[in-house]
Amino acid sequence: MSKQVIDRGSVASIAQRFEARPEMLVQILQAIVTEHGWVSGDVIRQLADILNLSRAEIHGVVEYYHDFRTEPPGSHIIKICQAEACQAMGSRDLTRHADNSVHSDTTLEPVYCLGNCACAPAVMVNGRTFGRVSPERFDTLVAAMREKSS
Amino acid sequence: MSGVKVFVPRETSSVSVGADEVALAIAQQAKKNGASIQLIRNGSWGACWLEPLVEVEVDGTRIAYGNVDAGDVPELFDAGLLEGGAHDKRLGPTNEIDYLISQDRWTFWRCGLVEALSLEDFLAHQGFKALQKAWQDGPDAVIETLSASGLRGRGGAGFPAGIKWRTVADAEGDQKYVACNADEGDSGTFSDRMLMEGDPFGLIESMAVAGFAVGANKGYIYLRSEYPLTYTILSRAIRTAREAGWLGNNIQGSGFDFEIELHLGAGSYVCGEETAMLESLEGKKGIVRSKPPLPAIEGLFGKPTVVNNVVTLASVPNIINLGGERYAEMGVNRSKGTLAFQLAGNIKRGGLVEKSFGITLRELIENYGGGTASGRPVKAVQVGGPLGAFLSAEQLDTPLDYEAFVKINAMVGHGGIVVFDDTADMAQQARFAMEFCAIESCGKCTPCRIGSTRGVEVIDKLIAGEKRDENYDLLLELCDTMEDASLCAMGGMTPYPVRSVLKHFADDFAPAQKR
Repeated sequence: MSKQVIDRGSVASIAQRFEARPEMLVQILQAIVTEHGWVSGDVIRQLADILNLSRAEIHGVVEYYHDFRTEPPGSHIIKICQAEACQAMGSRDLTRHADNSVHSDTTLEPVYCLGNCACAPAVMVNGRTFGRVSPERFDTLVAAMREKSS
Repeated sequence: MSGVKVFVPRETSSVSVGADEVALAIAQQAKKNGASIQLIRNGSWGACWLEPLVEVEVDGTRIAYGNVDAGDVPELFDAGLLEGGAHDKRLGPTNEIDYLISQDRWTFWRCGLVEALSLEDFLAHQGFKALQKAWQDGPDAVIETLSASGLRGRGGAGFPAGIKWRTVADAEGDQKYVACNADEGDSGTFSDRMLMEGDPFGLIESMAVAGFAVGANKGYIYLRSEYPLTYTILSRAIRTAREAGWLGNNIQGSGFDFEIELHLGAGSYVCGEETAMLESLEGKKGIVRSKPPLPAIEGLFGKPTVVNNVVTLASVPNIINLGGERYAEMGVNRSKGTLAFQLAGNIKRGGLVEKSFGITLRELIENYGGGTASGRPVKAVQVGGPLGAFLSAEQLDTPLDYEAFVKINAMVGHGGIVVFDDTADMAQQARFAMEFCAIESCGKCTPCRIGSTRGVEVIDKLIAGEKRDENYDLLLELCDTMEDASLCAMGGMTPYPVRSVLKHFADDFAPAQKR
């Protein structure tokens, strides 16, 4: 995942994957975030040119959706479900535990439902969903995540 | 292919508790033992509490083993797993598990049964029969059958599906669309996901039937980005269907053209509202449109569009195959057929339970769910997602029926049932309802955008015990304004959970100084 600069060639090729159709803007941004983790000001300028949309239009779409980060994330992204079914199974305590324990290279984000409500609390670690996550299991998952990346 | 059939679900819940590791361990152990197996990745049967649920086919009968951990695999093999051998985790034949066999599986009947990504398996289980029947009967007959079934939209609003299809079929337009709403954002709901992961070809067929009936040659699926595994499964299924000539031009030589494009959402709850979803499909901010015009008249790109939820669509093929009357025989009053209820939150046996309407909450929570996971008493049950009311333990005998729920200021919605035990702080849940609305409001209308933020503030004051009577009245007044003046259900229904807490759990607001 590139950190501070998003390669223009990559953005252009993602846009082409969607035939540079302006109505695919949400899909294009989603692909950029999947690949690079965030959307920079330069990406907005470049997409405006490619899609023949105004920068304001693209900026509005980027700001609107939770998935479109405008800052580069950490090396790892952990999302803890904050919705009702997970609340009923202790996600508030789990979130406090995570807040106090994760390293600074990890981005912690709220998410409202991962659709794993019968195996609550649910957590997504670098794009993979885990269920029945107690604080102890959370620590195990984080350790496994670190081992995998090292 | 030969070898003993071993089924391990490839479905988000099952995988979230280790199914992939179990599948790998089984493959490795079989290799080590020199045993010949066919590892089949099916969907989940919906008994999430038993996941990972492994099945082995012995003499044509599938034997189930529940809560299998990868670490159990060597000893399961020692115990004769491949012959259905005895073990603590052996549950017996799948078709004798009470939780499953007592259900009314109309829409989810293939889920768990078939290999999700095998077109061959799908075709062997009635696959594309309804589409072929539709071609024979003609579009009008399809819509008549659907109307006769009494099927209502399962996304939450409960609008009669037959009327919607008829409106789109009759609308003027050179281009029409089918838009499948797979933005299943309500907490406590996962039936759309299970269907798409367990029976993806079923959804493809359903959309093709809808397209044929209304005269649309293009369908869109708007899938939430929180479901990455679903995305993988659906995109493969769409590709397979296309390669086999079940999507594209002149499908199977019928002269009918139909294509499906799969879109991802981007984390906005409001995009589950149909007009916001259409905006998002057009690449824009997911801001709610004013209605009218209805999407059936002016929908996606201004063209007549059928917008249906995944489960609504997936209920159609059996209605076509077996007849609308058969479906209408199930259920009660104006709530015909079945709903895939989802038991979630603090519940011992959480999962998907497809039952005819009319079953009570108590039957679902006690008989199927087995009570709370914590073993403590049930305090509150939220039905229908974050915009649904919290019901008290005294209301559990209410039958699941759209109108019966409206009568008690609640909603059935998408069938999600979230259970809370007696440790839940309901004042915090009321606050969360407003907070969630503030986070997710699209911002178009003032009551929702501003009202939700003011709602959080007033509730904080109530919790702090500040000017209780005044703030209580103010909160109710705010709820009225939001309900009456919001553009869509986001602001319009957020008051439901809030009011229900004020009504049933008022003690949770500053118990020291009761009102």
